[in-house]
Amino acid sequence: MEDDRKNLPPEPPEDVNTSRRTFLRNLGVSTALASLLSSGAVLEERRARKAQAETLQHASQAQSAEIRGKSRITLNVNGAAHTLEVETRVTLLDALRDQLGFTGTKRVCDRGSCGACTVLLDGKPVYSCSMLAVDAQGRRIETVESLAQGEQLHPLQQAFIERDALMCGFCTPGFIMSLKALLDQVPRPTLEQAKQACAGNVCRCGTYNRIFEAAMEASRRMRSGG
Amino acid sequence: MRAFVYHQPKTVAEAVRLLAQRDTLAIAGGQDLLGAMKDGLLEPAHLVNLKSLPGMREIRETGSGLQIGVLVTLTEIAEHPVIRRDYTCLAEAAEAVATPQIRNVGTIGGNLCQRPRCWYFRDPHVNCLKKGGDQCYAVRGDNRYHAIISPGPCYIVHPSDCAPALLALGASVTIAGARGTRNVALRNFFQMPDKNLRGENVLQPGEVITQITVPKPKAGTRSVYVKVREKDSFDWALVSAAVVLQVSGGVCRAASVVLGGVAPVPYESAEAGKALVGKAVNQQTAAAAGKAATTNATPLEMNGYKVPMLEAVVKRAVLAAAGLTG
Repeated sequence: MEDDRKNLPPEPPEDVNTSRRTFLRNLGVSTALASLLSSGAVLEERRARKAQAETLQHASQAQSAEIRGKSRITLNVNGAAHTLEVETRVTLLDALRDQLGFTGTKRVCDRGSCGACTVLLDGKPVYSCSMLAVDAQGRRIETVESLAQGEQLHPLQQAFIERDALMCGFCTPGFIMSLKALLDQVPRPTLEQAKQACAGNVCRCGTYNRIFEAAMEASRRMRSGG
Repeated sequence: MRAFVYHQPKTVAEAVRLLAQRDTLAIAGGQDLLGAMKDGLLEPAHLVNLKSLPGMREIRETGSGLQIGVLVTLTEIAEHPVIRRDYTCLAEAAEAVATPQIRNVGTIGGNLCQRPRCWYFRDPHVNCLKKGGDQCYAVRGDNRYHAIISPGPCYIVHPSDCAPALLALGASVTIAGARGTRNVALRNFFQMPDKNLRGENVLQPGEVITQITVPKPKAGTRSVYVKVREKDSFDWALVSAAVVLQVSGGVCRAASVVLGGVAPVPYESAEAGKALVGKAVNQQTAAAAGKAATTNATPLEMNGYKVPMLEAVVKRAVLAAAGLTG
């Protein structure tokens, strides 16, 4: 998963047509944006938004494009830009797991029903199984791997362990990402808000009560500085 | 999922030209479409990405109401302060759709155009009427979630939450096609299966919704969306109702009652509306409106429970819209 931005820009493979070339040129803009975003903490969100607006503006001025077969894309995952080749039909979930090795994001129903594949896109929870990888370019993607800082677990992870909020654990990364999105926006949620934030996640072991307890505990810890 | 060519049009004209081609579908948020493609229910060779079109992500307030771009997400609608205040049933309906993850990506246009959830239709191994087969399997099969109001021969229920709310608010859609644009009132947008068996609305190949226009409600208008579902955290409606009431001097001047989960279209109950207009809204008139809403209900073998549920949902929604409780 090394950052291979330095290898860009690639020459388009020989089998592509002109419109593909146009598309790749547009991609250069998204790649630049992803690189900007990868400096993470340094960059104010305002600047990111401006850059994104400019990307869109560039895109809208460009000619129509089409993507056939495989194309080279850049995804900004956990603050680093990753370049990979995907077919148009590859979901963000499969790109994250199979090509980039972010296997914390789980593939269960693959139909937008269970929540195990939840990642954050520009800070908001989404089902990565229900999004095309090519559509996730230029967006800030966060997976469960971004939470721990070395050995230091995120308060949500710590609270899940201490409150025994998992049995088989397969749904856990999805729940944690949904709850992280909540706590980032609402540091002091009500129990009802915590439940609503998890409405798109299913735990077949049925540990919901412990999950909600862990969410409230993590909220307390984050407010008191960890 | 079958491989597809992914088109990124920069203009609506380009998009509609592409959409008129064979084996081509439009994709916005993709929350319904991608699942249908994975199941092999839809197998387009070309997808036209509407997200590449500029200027369709805004909610604009005009003197006469709201203009909502077709790519506005359900989360954006649910959180919009003006929609919450003045078009309340729409915000409540958007908030009742699916899950936070789906609302963050799913668009208002996609919500209106999503395909039905009928389990016979969704099963790729069942060739039902809607897919060109020779029978509706819901008629004699497990029809617990199906329509109680339908002219036949298909008994799907329309799955959208936002459609009843928008219809009750008198909204219309702008449809772009090869020959320019046309405006269609939502009342005329959705079609019963006796008019259109394969689709659920008037959109033709090569056409796409670009905008939704919602007229500004008259003074004294309040609206509510009430949805009953089997699983409260994430489900389609068993029965839902959008109710828009205009009340002045204690008397209901105008009422629009549109039902979800009971018919192949968002179903406007003229009977329920009539039961309210010209009267004070109270427990008795709300109950009468609930009863009136069931006038055309003819349940199938397993969905009779929807009739009393419909009566209760409409009564509850009318009382809530009038600021009363049931």
